Amino acid sequence: MEQPTTVTADESALVAAFEARIAAGESIEPKDWMPERYRRQLIRMMSQHAHSEIVGMLPEGNWITRAPSLRRKMSLIAKVQDEAGHGLYIYCGTETLGVDRHELVAQLLDGRAKYSSIFNYPTLSWADMGVIGWFVDGAAIVNQTILAKASYGPYARAMVRICKEENFHKRQGYEICATLANGTPAQREMLQEAVNRFWWPSLMMFGPSDTDSPNSAELLKWRVKRKTNDELRQRFINLTVPQAAAIGVTLPDPDLRFNAETNNWEFGEIDWAEFFQVIGGNGPCNKERIAARQKAHDDGAWVREAATAHAGKQRRDVQAA
Amino acid sequence: MATDATAANGIDTDGQWGLWEVFTQAGKGAPHEHAGSVHATDAEHAMQNARDVYARRGEAVSLWVVPAEAIIASAPSDAGPFFDPGNDKAYRHPQFYKVPRGVRVF
Repeated sequence: MEQPTTVTADESALVAAFEARIAAGESIEPKDWMPERYRRQLIRMMSQHAHSEIVGMLPEGNWITRAPSLRRKMSLIAKVQDEAGHGLYIYCGTETLGVDRHELVAQLLDGRAKYSSIFNYPTLSWADMGVIGWFVDGAAIVNQTILAKASYGPYARAMVRICKEENFHKRQGYEICATLANGTPAQREMLQEAVNRFWWPSLMMFGPSDTDSPNSAELLKWRVKRKTNDELRQRFINLTVPQAAAIGVTLPDPDLRFNAETNNWEFGEIDWAEFFQVIGGNGPCNKERIAARQKAHDDGAWVREAATAHAGKQRRDVQAA
Repeated sequence: MATDATAANGIDTDGQWGLWEVFTQAGKGAPHEHAGSVHATDAEHAMQNARDVYARRGEAVSLWVVPAEAIIASAPSDAGPFFDPGNDKAYRHPQFYKVPRGVRVF
């Protein structure tokens, strides 16, 4: 990285100028001076986000061969391909901070990097494809709509692109749910069972309560985040409760009730012990997910080698001519 | 950042393909705008990857891919003095000129 030689001598003035730019709503671009801590926080957050997109392909890829119709299968393939694209957008943004994608992928495969806890839950029935689109992509939209205003330009621009595509994901998921809700008693039961399994893990996607989130204050100050985890979670719940009512499914929380004063749906206690277990590597599918990703990486080795060999041959042919 | 080694053999020392910046044109007559980047071994490969990553929904009618190391960018630290010649000439803007009272703005 090229940095002016005055950085160490006059770091505090640079930090003050940097924070003034953020306070004025300016976006920070890759070659701008930024505190090392800002760079590191962004690399951590953006790479976790990219990894989540890539690992997120696995629970859904699991159902492509068993989709109940050609229409559903086409949608699911397109959605899984989008997730790959989203991972690439964000890896590309992360690389502007001076870290190679190669290194980020290595961190994912050897277990150093984290990704969203939700993808460590199994997808046991077709209804899970609907509920994941509705809840998980719905939660991601709530989160990413705000991240689209993040202070780091490449991250914000990737989010704008992703949000447009996630709307298709959420609608295709909700359509699956609505169809099952109008189906046979067995289909309705399958849907309700999937909702019961995914509701609480979806709420955990927003991360720990802000009082327990070690990174929140700094990220908010630097406008990497614009809303707290709790605010985003509340917004997701407020949006989802009427959607559940519209298709006649019950959200598995006896404490869920509307507060007319705050206009919020109040909800019960989240099992944070479960969240920390899953984040810590002990969720139902952590090992399976990384094993599947490692296998895909290994199985793709010959493609990477062939592409490199082909490019080398083309170059030699040009030189020989 | 890609290095000269990347340009020479399409792959850098730790086994990663070279970096290419991608520009998309949203419609005929529109400018090409930076969309992001891809890794690829050569131009044809970069073009295919760029299509798959940045044009899955008809977002582009044209794509440019450029080796990242071929782009020369102005440095943020020089931005002040470098762009000064454009900032201190108010007479380049229409607001610099007075229009007689009563003449409708044209």
